[in-house]
Amino acid sequence: MMDAAAQEKLISVINEKFEGEIIEAAMDKDFFTLIVKKERIVDIISHLYNHEDTKFQYLTTLFAVHYPDQNQIAMVYQLHNLSTNQRIRLKIFLSADNPTTPTLTTVFSAANWMEREAYDFYGVISQGHPNLIRILNVEDMLIFPMRKEYPLEDQTREDKNDLMFGR
Amino acid sequence: MMEASADIAPKVVKEEKQYSYLNLGPTHPATHGIFQNVLKMDGEVIVDATPTIGYIHRAFEKLAEHRPYNQITPITDRMNYCSSPINNIGWHMTVEKLLGVEIPKRVQYLRVIIMELARITDHLVCNAVIGVDTGALTGFVYLFQQRELVYEIYEEICGARLTTNIGRIGGFERDFSPKAWEKINKFLKEFPVVLKEFEDLLKRNRIFMDRTIGCGGISAERALNYSFSGVNLRAAGVDYDVRAMNPYSSYEDFDFIIPVGTNGDVYDRFMVRQEEMWQSMSIIKQAMKKLPEGPFHAKVPEFYLPPKEEVYNNMEALIYHFKIVMGETDVPKGEVYHCVEGGNGELGFYLISDGGRQPFRLHLRRPCFIFYQAYPEMIKGSMLSDAILTMSSMNVIAGELDA
Repeated sequence: MMDAAAQEKLISVINEKFEGEIIEAAMDKDFFTLIVKKERIVDIISHLYNHEDTKFQYLTTLFAVHYPDQNQIAMVYQLHNLSTNQRIRLKIFLSADNPTTPTLTTVFSAANWMEREAYDFYGVISQGHPNLIRILNVEDMLIFPMRKEYPLEDQTREDKNDLMFGR
Repeated sequence: MMEASADIAPKVVKEEKQYSYLNLGPTHPATHGIFQNVLKMDGEVIVDATPTIGYIHRAFEKLAEHRPYNQITPITDRMNYCSSPINNIGWHMTVEKLLGVEIPKRVQYLRVIIMELARITDHLVCNAVIGVDTGALTGFVYLFQQRELVYEIYEEICGARLTTNIGRIGGFERDFSPKAWEKINKFLKEFPVVLKEFEDLLKRNRIFMDRTIGCGGISAERALNYSFSGVNLRAAGVDYDVRAMNPYSSYEDFDFIIPVGTNGDVYDRFMVRQEEMWQSMSIIKQAMKKLPEGPFHAKVPEFYLPPKEEVYNNMEALIYHFKIVMGETDVPKGEVYHCVEGGNGELGFYLISDGGRQPFRLHLRRPCFIFYQAYPEMIKGSMLSDAILTMSSMNVIAGELDA
């Protein structure tokens, strides 16, 4: 939980170097959520990592969300400061047609597989990633299956003739 | 002086250093699950490793987008199947957080009891397997009898053993029966003796110590950069435990110690788990002692299946029954993250609801998936047999890794 003073502090730390990058900042249930511009997200996280007053040095999770109505893909980064126990959430919105973002592996080694997962399921390309290949799905898969346009089961499959279950 | 003729002088053949490649897995009995690693070997020393995962990927996140909330619980079972009650209850709490339901104290305490039992079984399996990989099968066979006792407790509470589907959103489907309490008491009485015996077998065992100390270590700094959590992080010396940092389900009411290691090697992980089992036992005892009276479920009729006799005699109950079974309950719009201390780390559920009957997006923060990527770094320069040991001591569960 972050109190109002800590929130102010965080915003001022970001504004020190990245004036005008924050689009929206609000408390969402127990998480302080910041929506920022997509271009400099890694610089901002790296700044929060190194800055004396914030030191968000633990990446809790990183993942993508597809919003088909806005034709956008959101990338959500959750950071944690283990010494003060503050957690924040950073969000960026990318175009679903060509989602690219700089890689976070330069700051967190843990981002490696998380970004590969985001690529595997949503096609988010992390520029500068050391090994951006599919991770859980087969290599020759052509689609990004977690995007909303794909139904749960592949409708084009012909090897499944299971009429009893309505497929 | 005669000079050696060129014909008889020994020929020095300059060869480039040759590495051999070894395919460890995907189905190898020593890896305890479906893990593949292509190891680049220099003799018996590992130079590099390339893990391939996803062999049992079952698209849980996609599946969850197509299911009503109460039907997602069985999916969570199949992640870390060594401690499925923690996954189930973590998921229930996530939904409760989204709904903003107040959970009765009794339910919270009962949940703590179950989650700690699950933690004991999880740690017990992992530590027993470390024993197996160092050549001590005895402990494994012996401890599995105790795991059986815990599974009998689960059986008494929810009817299932491995994939438990325990509890409901809002609490439990029924209160613990006297027989369940009897079994818990039996376990609490019998288990410490066995655990002590197991500990004495390995803790100061020269062979075991030589084998595990300094094997598969990681520094606290690297562990944090790799977002380690749970036992693996604590063994490296960072005292991060979700139960203490962000208490959920009334963990703040109990006294317990968070053990930490120093080197982050196999031995430290073993010892941290061992101590956590003792702590879990103490938490269960405290919870049983302080267990308050009260209802065993919260008032969330939209999620809590009503008793059968009411369904047949009461219109309202019938409607709720129908809505739950058909998955027609709307859930308020919102976005929550809830994390619990799973068997092997911070297990997080990031739930986005658009006001519909199914989640818009459910992201599962699976601790294994995050810390298993450090595996190549941890085994570089070590022997093949140490690599096996490192993997089993990290408690990587294939079901959770691949979701």
